[in-house]
Amino acid sequence: MHRREGLAKLTGRERYVDDLPLDDFLWGMTVRSPVPRGRVTAVRFGADVDWSAFVIVDHRDIPGPNEVILIERDQPVLAAGYVRHVHEPVVLLGHRSREGLRRAVRAVEVVVAPEPPVLDFRVPPRPDQIQYGRDNVLKRLKIEKGDVERALAQAPVVVSGTYETGAQEHVYLETQGMIAWLEDQVLVVKGSMQCPYYVLSALKHALARDESRVRVIQTPTGGGFGGKEEYPSDIALHAALLALKAGRPVKIVYDRGEDMAATTKRHPSWVRHRTGLTRDGRLLAQDLEVVLDGGAYVTLSPVVLSRGIIHAAGPYSCDNVRIAGRVMFTNAVPFGAFRGFGAPQTLFACERHMDVIARTLEIDPVELRRINLLRDGQTTATGQVIRDGTDRVAVLERALELSDYRAKRRAHAAFNETHAAQRRGIGLAAFYHGAGFTGGGEVHLNSRVRVAGLADGRVEVLTANIEMGQGTLTVFTQIAAERLGFAPQDVAIAEADTGRVPNSGPTVASRTTMVVGRLIERACDDLRSRLEVDAAVRGASLRAAIVRWHREHAAERLVGDAVYERPPGISWDDANYRGDAYGAFAWATYVAEVEVDLATYSTRVTGFVAVQEVGKVLNETLARGQVQGGVVQGIGWALMEECKFRDGAMINNQLTNYLIPTSDDVPPIHVAFLENPYPHGAQGAKGLGELPIDGPAPAVLNAVAAATGADPRAVPLTPERLMAIADFGLRSAE
Amino acid sequence: MTAISIAFTLNGSPVSVDVDSAERLLDTLRYRLGLTGTKEGCGEGECGACTVHLDGLPVDSCLVPTYQVRGRRVDTVESLDPPALEPFARGGATQCGACTPGVVMTAWWIRDHPELLGTHTLRELMAGNLCRCTGYDGIVDSIGAVLGERGSA
Amino acid sequence: MTVLLPGSERDALEMLAAADGDAVPIAGATDLLVSWPGRLEDHRKTYVDLSGLAGLRPLRWTGDELVLGGLTSYWDVIRDVRVRQEFPLLVAAARQVGAIQIQVRGTWAGNIVNASPAADGVPVLMAYDAVVELESLRGREEVPLDRFYTGYKEMRRRPDQLVVAIRLPRRPYSVQKFVKVGSRRAQAIAKVGLAITRAAAGWRVVAASMAPTIRRCPTIERLLEEGAPVRGPDDLLPAIARDVSPIDDIRSTAAYRKRVMARVLYYELREACGWRA
Repeated sequence: MHRREGLAKLTGRERYVDDLPLDDFLWGMTVRSPVPRGRVTAVRFGADVDWSAFVIVDHRDIPGPNEVILIERDQPVLAAGYVRHVHEPVVLLGHRSREGLRRAVRAVEVVVAPEPPVLDFRVPPRPDQIQYGRDNVLKRLKIEKGDVERALAQAPVVVSGTYETGAQEHVYLETQGMIAWLEDQVLVVKGSMQCPYYVLSALKHALARDESRVRVIQTPTGGGFGGKEEYPSDIALHAALLALKAGRPVKIVYDRGEDMAATTKRHPSWVRHRTGLTRDGRLLAQDLEVVLDGGAYVTLSPVVLSRGIIHAAGPYSCDNVRIAGRVMFTNAVPFGAFRGFGAPQTLFACERHMDVIARTLEIDPVELRRINLLRDGQTTATGQVIRDGTDRVAVLERALELSDYRAKRRAHAAFNETHAAQRRGIGLAAFYHGAGFTGGGEVHLNSRVRVAGLADGRVEVLTANIEMGQGTLTVFTQIAAERLGFAPQDVAIAEADTGRVPNSGPTVASRTTMVVGRLIERACDDLRSRLEVDAAVRGASLRAAIVRWHREHAAERLVGDAVYERPPGISWDDANYRGDAYGAFAWATYVAEVEVDLATYSTRVTGFVAVQEVGKVLNETLARGQVQGGVVQGIGWALMEECKFRDGAMINNQLTNYLIPTSDDVPPIHVAFLENPYPHGAQGAKGLGELPIDGPAPAVLNAVAAATGADPRAVPLTPERLMAIADFGLRSAE
Repeated sequence: MTAISIAFTLNGSPVSVDVDSAERLLDTLRYRLGLTGTKEGCGEGECGACTVHLDGLPVDSCLVPTYQVRGRRVDTVESLDPPALEPFARGGATQCGACTPGVVMTAWWIRDHPELLGTHTLRELMAGNLCRCTGYDGIVDSIGAVLGERGSA
Repeated sequence: MTVLLPGSERDALEMLAAADGDAVPIAGATDLLVSWPGRLEDHRKTYVDLSGLAGLRPLRWTGDELVLGGLTSYWDVIRDVRVRQEFPLLVAAARQVGAIQIQVRGTWAGNIVNASPAADGVPVLMAYDAVVELESLRGREEVPLDRFYTGYKEMRRRPDQLVVAIRLPRRPYSVQKFVKVGSRRAQAIAKVGLAITRAAAGWRVVAASMAPTIRRCPTIERLLEEGAPVRGPDDLLPAIARDVSPIDDIRSTAAYRKRVMARVLYYELREACGWRA
C-alpha cells in the first residue's frame, strides 16, 4: 500500500497548523529570559508601544498550578520571578499583526539579577551553583550484573576510554505551532504534536479544567523525531492562556530561529568505558559511567537516562556489567526526547569503544563483535534472557556481504598507499534497540484502542497515535484491513482528537506499529466477537455483518475494544533495574564507508549499508524510508550537526549555521531487512523508528579511524575537531 | 509601510493584489491568497520548502519581495496535476510532507529540463531542498523514475 | 519599507542621488531578505529596485573582454557554454553559491556590493582581474576589484553609485583553481575560499573568509612568482600570516583556516609549481 496521505502532501493540500483557515484571531508570541539564571526583578514594557492593543499574559494569569506536568512538576508554564535558563518563557503577548507583535516583544525588557549558572555538565558544581537537590543530580540509575571489580582485577587486558556526544537539534521541517480557542465552555487546542494526551494532561493540570472542558486535536505534523513529544505541552499552554484571556482564537507558530533556540535538543553525553577482556577479545567485564546533560528542568531526562544505560553495554554477552548513570541539572535550555532517547549516545560510546579495543588488542573489529554478540539463551546487562531466535551473527554477516567489506578493506589499503591527499576507510557498528516503553512502562500506560463498525460497513480505527511522516496512517490502515479482510479504503483512521479517541499512549519509543498496531488487531477481533462472527468472516461478508448489525441496532454504536496486556513471561524489577527491559529488541549492523580529505580534514560518507532485523516488515517502502532518513540524521549528528552555545544560549540557531545533510552530502543508503516475526507485535512487527539513528555515528567514526589511523572519541567529528586530534603527515605525489 | 498594487500570472491565471512593499512572496501566497501548499521552513533561503517557480525557474519565495513579481509568472505546487505526482507517492518521496511541496517544485523543474543532467547530478540539483525524513533516496529515486518514464515516452 | 521602482537606469541613478545616501539598491534580494520578518530596522529603509531594468541583465563578449551586467545572475553564467570554456572558475564558484534557488536570483554585482568576506563570487572575479564599473549621475568610474574593498563591509562605492558592469579581460590562463571549504558539500558558507589563476600577467591568489574583506595575497603571489622552494604546507604559513588575518567565528577557527589554507594551496599547486617534499 502507498502512503495513505501521500498525494495530499505531494500536492500541497495537506493542511498543517499554520495552513488552517482561522477567523478573527490573534497571533501569540513569547517574551523570554535573556540570561541563564537569576531573579526577575522587573518586567518593563517600553513606552513606544500602545499596550492597550495587546493581550498580555504572565504567571499570575495561570488558573491552576504553574507547572508543566510531566514526570516531575518542577517546570513552570511561565517563569514566576526566577529564571533557570536562557529563553525561559516569562510573558506572552497576543496581537492582530505579527509584525506589530515582533516589535512589541522587543519592547519588553525582562530585568534579571543574575546568579552563577552551571553551564558544563561534566564539571562538578560549585556550592553557589547547586540548584537541584544537594548535587545537581536530576536522576541516578544503576545496573549491576555479576562482580565487575573482581572480573576487572582478574582480566588479562583492561581497555578504557571516554566518549562524548553533543546536542542535536531535531530540525523537523515544520516548526512548533499551536492554535487555541474556546468553543462554548470547551477549550480546544489544535496543533503539531506527537502526544495529544500529554498535552491534554498538561492543560488540565495548569488550567484547572477537567476533561469535559478541554479537547486536544493533532494536526498533520511536519516531523517530530521526539521534538514534539513533550515540548508541545508548553506551547499549547501558552496559546491556551492567551486565548482564554483574549476571548479569541490565538495562534502561536515559532519561526525557525525561536524554534532552534528555545526548544529541546538531544542530551549531550559523556561516557566512560572500562572493559576487561581475554587476550583474544572475549568480554569479561564492562564497567561504565554514563553522564547526561539534562538542562534546567527534569522533563523526560530520567527516562532518557534509563534507555541510555540499558543500551550502553551493547548487544553483547558479558557476565559482569556495572553501568552507573546520572543526568545533571544545568542552566541550559532543557534537553528532551529525540529519536533514540539516550541509546544513540551510549551506543556511540560502546561501538566506538569496540574498535578502540580491537586496535589495542590488534584483532579484527569484526571478529571482536562476532565472538561477543549475544546468542540465544544469553543475557543482557539487566539479566534479560534473549531467546527470540534471531541470528545476530547472520545480521552482521549480511552487512559485511552487502557492503563488500573485506574487498573494500583491501581496496582502501591500496588506494591509501597511492593517494597523497585522500584516505578511504570502512567501519561498522553492531547494535540493538528495545521497542516500546521500558520495563513496566507499557503496563503503566494502559493503552486502549477502539475499532468502530460504521453503518455503511466500513470501520474506523480510533487511537491517539499520530502521523508525523513515519507512516502511522498507512500502517494502521494495513493492519486493520489485513485483520478484517477489507480493502484499505474501507478503513478510516480517526483524527487524533482527545474528544473522540481513547488514550492509546504517546507516538514515541518505536511503539506505534508494534504495540498499538497489535491493539488494533485485537480490537478488530473484539469487533468480530461483538458481531458474534468468527475469524473466517472477512471482507464483504464481514462488511455485510456490520451493516446488518446497525440495521438491527439503530442509533447504537458498534465498537471493538482492546487494552494493553503484557506479553506472557515478561517481568521487570524497577527498583533494581533487573529483568526484561523490553518485550522485543530490533538488531542491526551498519557499515559506513568514508573518504577523508587530508587537506581540509573533512569527511565524506561515500557508502552506507544498513542491515536490520525488525520482525516482520509491514510496508517495505515506508520501512526503508524510515531507515534511510534515520541514517542520514545520524550521519549529520556524526559529522556536522553542532549546537554552539554561549552563556547558555544557542548562537547558531539558523539553518545557515546549524547544518544538516543535503542530498549532495550523503550517498544512497542501502537498506536490507532480515525478518523474524515477533509474536506479540502487529503481524509480527517490532519497533523500527529509532533504531536507525543508533548506528551511523559509531560506524562513520570507526571508518574515519580505519581510514586515517586517528582515534576520534567525540561527535560531531567536524573538520576542526579532526584537525585537533590528528596532524596528518603529508606525502608528496607518488 | 507602503502598499503597492501589482498584477501577475499565478498558476496560469491573472491576479491583482495590493501588497505591503515589505511583503515576501511566501506570505502573499499563504496569507493573502490562501495558497498554503507553499511552506515556510526557515525564512533564510536555506531549506527550500517555499520553492515556487518564477518565470519557470525555481526560487525560494521567502527571498522574493512580492512587488518584484509584477508582470511575471508565478507557479506554485497547486498548479501541478495530481495524477502526475503518483510516481512520487510510489517511490517514498514524501514522509512528513513539510518539505514536500518545495521538493516537488524543484523536481518538476528538473523533469521539464532533463538537459540539466548533462552538467549536474540530481543530488546537486536537489541540494536546495532540505528533507529531514527520507534521507533523500526516496526523493532522488522518484525523480529518476519520472525522468525515466518521460525519457521512454 | 519604501520601494522606488525606476523605469530606467537613469531613473535609478536619479533616485539614488535624490535619496542622499539613504537608499539601498535591491536586485535578487537573496542576501537582503534573509530572515526578513525579524529584521525590523531594515523595514524602515528606502530601496531602489533594479529588478525591472532588463538592460542590465545580459552578459556580453567583446574582442578582449567578458562583461557581466549589473543584473547578470549566477545561473546566467552557469548556463553559458562559452563562459564555461573561457572562465571556468566563474562557473565553478557560481555552482557553489547556495543552491539552484539562490543561483537563479543572486547577481554577481550583488555579491560584490554585499561585501561579505565569505562571498563565493568575488574571489574568482578578483582572480580574473575584474574591474567594477560604477555609474552615478556624476559619471562612470572604474575600480579594479582588488582595490574595491577598504575594510569590513566598506568599499569604494558611494551610495549614489550603481554597479552596472563587471569587466573581465580575456587571457589565456595556465592555472585556474577554485576551492571552497565549507562544512558540507552544498549550500555552505565558505570557511576558507581560494581562487588561483596564472596568466602572463602573473599569479593571482585570492582568499575568502580569511580577513575582513576578500583580498589578494601578495606575499604568496610573490613566492609563486619567484618559484621559491616549498617542501610542504608549513612552508607557506609565514606568507599566509602576512597576507591574511582569519578569526574564530561561528563557523570555524582561525587555526583551522590558516592551516587548511596552507594545505589546500600546497595540494592544489604542488604539481603546477613542481614542489617536492
